Amino acid sequence: MESVSAVEVIDLVKTFGEVRAVDGLSFSVSEGEVFGLIGPNGAGKTTTMRMMSTLLQVTSGSINIFGHDVMKETDEVRRIISYLPEEAGAYKNLTGRQYLEFIARFFAKGEGAIEIAARGMDVARLGDRIDDRVETYSKGMARRLLVGRALMFRPRLAILDELTSGLDVISAQQIRRVVRDSTKAGTTVIVSSHNMLEVELICDRIALVNAGKLVELGTPSELKYRYGAANIEDVFVRVVG
Amino acid sequence: MKPLTNIIRKEVKELLTPATIIPVVVMAVLFASLGGMIGGAQEEASKAPIIGLIDLDGGNYSQVISSYISANSEIAYNGTDVDVGLEAVRTAGGPAVIVVEPDFTSDISAGIPGTVRVYWIMAGAGVMDSVSSSVVDVILSGAGQMLSARMIEEGASTNSSLILAPMVKSETTYFKQMTMDDISPSTVSGVLSSQSFLIPLVVMLVILMSGGSIIGSMGMEKENKTLETLLTMPVKRRDIVMGKLAGAAVVGLLMAIVYMAGMGYYMGSLQGQSAIDMARFGLVLDPLDYLLVGLSLFLAVLGALALCMLMGAFARDFKSAQTLTMPITFLAMVPFFIMMMKDFSTLPLVGQAVIFLIPFSHPMMVMNNLMFNDYGLVIAGIAYEAVFAAVTVGLSVWLFKKDMLITGWKKGSKKTVRGFMRKGR
Repeated sequence: MESVSAVEVIDLVKTFGEVRAVDGLSFSVSEGEVFGLIGPNGAGKTTTMRMMSTLLQVTSGSINIFGHDVMKETDEVRRIISYLPEEAGAYKNLTGRQYLEFIARFFAKGEGAIEIAARGMDVARLGDRIDDRVETYSKGMARRLLVGRALMFRPRLAILDELTSGLDVISAQQIRRVVRDSTKAGTTVIVSSHNMLEVELICDRIALVNAGKLVELGTPSELKYRYGAANIEDVFVRVVG
Repeated sequence: MKPLTNIIRKEVKELLTPATIIPVVVMAVLFASLGGMIGGAQEEASKAPIIGLIDLDGGNYSQVISSYISANSEIAYNGTDVDVGLEAVRTAGGPAVIVVEPDFTSDISAGIPGTVRVYWIMAGAGVMDSVSSSVVDVILSGAGQMLSARMIEEGASTNSSLILAPMVKSETTYFKQMTMDDISPSTVSGVLSSQSFLIPLVVMLVILMSGGSIIGSMGMEKENKTLETLLTMPVKRRDIVMGKLAGAAVVGLLMAIVYMAGMGYYMGSLQGQSAIDMARFGLVLDPLDYLLVGLSLFLAVLGALALCMLMGAFARDFKSAQTLTMPITFLAMVPFFIMMMKDFSTLPLVGQAVIFLIPFSHPMMVMNNLMFNDYGLVIAGIAYEAVFAAVTVGLSVWLFKKDMLITGWKKGSKKTVRGFMRKGR
C-alpha cells in the first residue's frame, strides 16, 4: 500500500540577512513515518524545524503539512503539530501537572483537557513528583515532562529537536519507545539528533543536511550500504567530514 | 598580566555594561533636569516681580507701603483703573495688581488695620507657577513691617495688635477664566495639586508595575525557553498578546490599588487641615468627566503595556528585561515631576510638545483640565492616547508574527521594521 505524504518540503530557503541558513531543501515524509534530520551544528536542522512549526517565516519555497501550507494556514497547522525545541523549558512556578493541564487546555476543554494531561503524565513518568514545581526538577525530569507535553494530545506531526537531550540511558530508551509507539496511534515524527545510535534505532528514513542543503536521503540500511559503513555515525563522518 | 589584574579586568568588563550604565545615566539626566528647574525657580524668586500698583488713598501710611512695593518690584502699571492695571500686568506676564484702598491711612489712624486688595493673575497650578506670587506675598509682608516701623517711630498707636498687623489683605484670584474671591494662588495651587496628585501617582505606579511585570514576563519566557512552545500552540498571536496585556494590567491595577489605599489615607490626613470647598468655584467633576478620566487612564495603561511588550520582545533574559524597563520608567517619571512643578499651559511650546507626545502625561493632567473645562486638550489627549495604544498594540501583534521574536534583533531586522512602516499595517 502506498503511504500518504504527511510533509512536503519543496525548495525551502531561509535567509538571515546575507546568511542562507537553509538553501533549497526538498524532502517529503510519509504518514506514520519517523523521519530523521541529521547534520553538523549550523546545518539548518533547527531552522527547518522552526519553519515547519510556524515559528519562522519561509523566505522562499514551501512546506505543506497534511495538505496545509505553513505560511498561509498557520492556524490549521498549529492544531495538528507539536514542536519540542532542543532547549525547551516549562514554567518554573507551575507544578508538572499544572503545566500539562495549561497546555492541554489549548486543545480541549474540561474533562477532555484532563484526559490529555493524564496521557502526558503517563509519558513523563514522574510519579509523585508531577505535583512538585518544575523548578525543582532535574534536567532529565524536565525533558520527560516536555516530551509528555509534546505527545500527549496525539499530534498528527511531532517535530522533536534533540529528542533525548539531557536524558539518561534508561529514560532515553523509554522515550524512544514512546515515540515509536506514537506512530502506531497515527503520529508522524520528524526528529533531529546528534546521537547517531538513536537515529539509527528509531528512524525509518534519514535526511543528512549540511550547509542548508540536503546531501543524503534514505533508510538507515540504504545509507549504510551506499557508503559501506558499519553504522550511521560512519555515514555521517564520510558525508560531512 | 597578574592573576589579580586579570580578574579585575574581567569583573569591570562584566559589570560595566549598558544594563548598568543606562540606569545611572537616566537618573543623572532626570536629577539634572530637576536641578535645572529648581535653579530656574530660584532665579525667578530672586527677580523683582512685575506688578500693577494702584494707590487710591495717597495718605501718609499708604505712601510708606507704596514706596516699599515700588522699590522691590517692577511696576507695569501705576494708575487708578483696576481693569486697565490687570490688562497691563497680564500682558507683561506679572502675577498681581495691588490696590491700596481709599481709607487706608484713616482706618489705621482710627485703630483699624488698613486694607490692601490684591488681584492675583494665576498662570498655572504647578508648584513653580506660584513662585512669583509668593515673592509678591513676601514683598507685601515686608511693606507691612515697614509700616509697623513707621508707626512705632511716630508713636502712632499703643495698640500692639495694630502695630504688629497694620494692614489686611483682601484677595481675588483669576485663573483660567475663573474669578475666585478670598483665595490666594498658593491655596488654589495647593488644593489642585493635592487633589490631582493621586491620579498622576497611580498612573505612574500602574505603568511602572504592570509595565515591569510584562517586560519581566517576556524576559522569563525567553530565559525559561517557554516562548517557542507557546507560539506553536493553536492560538492566535493576537490572543497571546492580549492575554499577556490583560494579565499584566490586572496585576498592575491590584498593586496600584494597594498603593493608592495607603497614599489616599496619607493625602486625606494632609488635606483635612487645609482643604477648601472647590465646589464653591465650580471646580467639580461630573459623571462625564469621570468617564473621560477613566478612558484616559485606560488608554495610557494599554499603550504603556503594549510599549513594554514591544521592549520585552527584545529581552534576552530576565536580567536584560529589567534594563528595558528604564525607558518606560523615564517616560512615566518625566511628566509626573513636570506636572507637579508646572502647569501644562505655562510650559514653553517645546515643553508642551514633549509632554503632549508622552502618552502617560494625559491622565496625569486630565483632572485639572476637566475642572477648568479645558475639553479641547482633554479630547485631543485622549485621541492621541487612542492612536498611540492602537499603534503599539498593532506593532506588538505584528512583532509576535515575526522571526525577530525568536531570533532576536539581527541583521535584516531593520529591513523588516522598515517593511512594516511602509505597509503601515
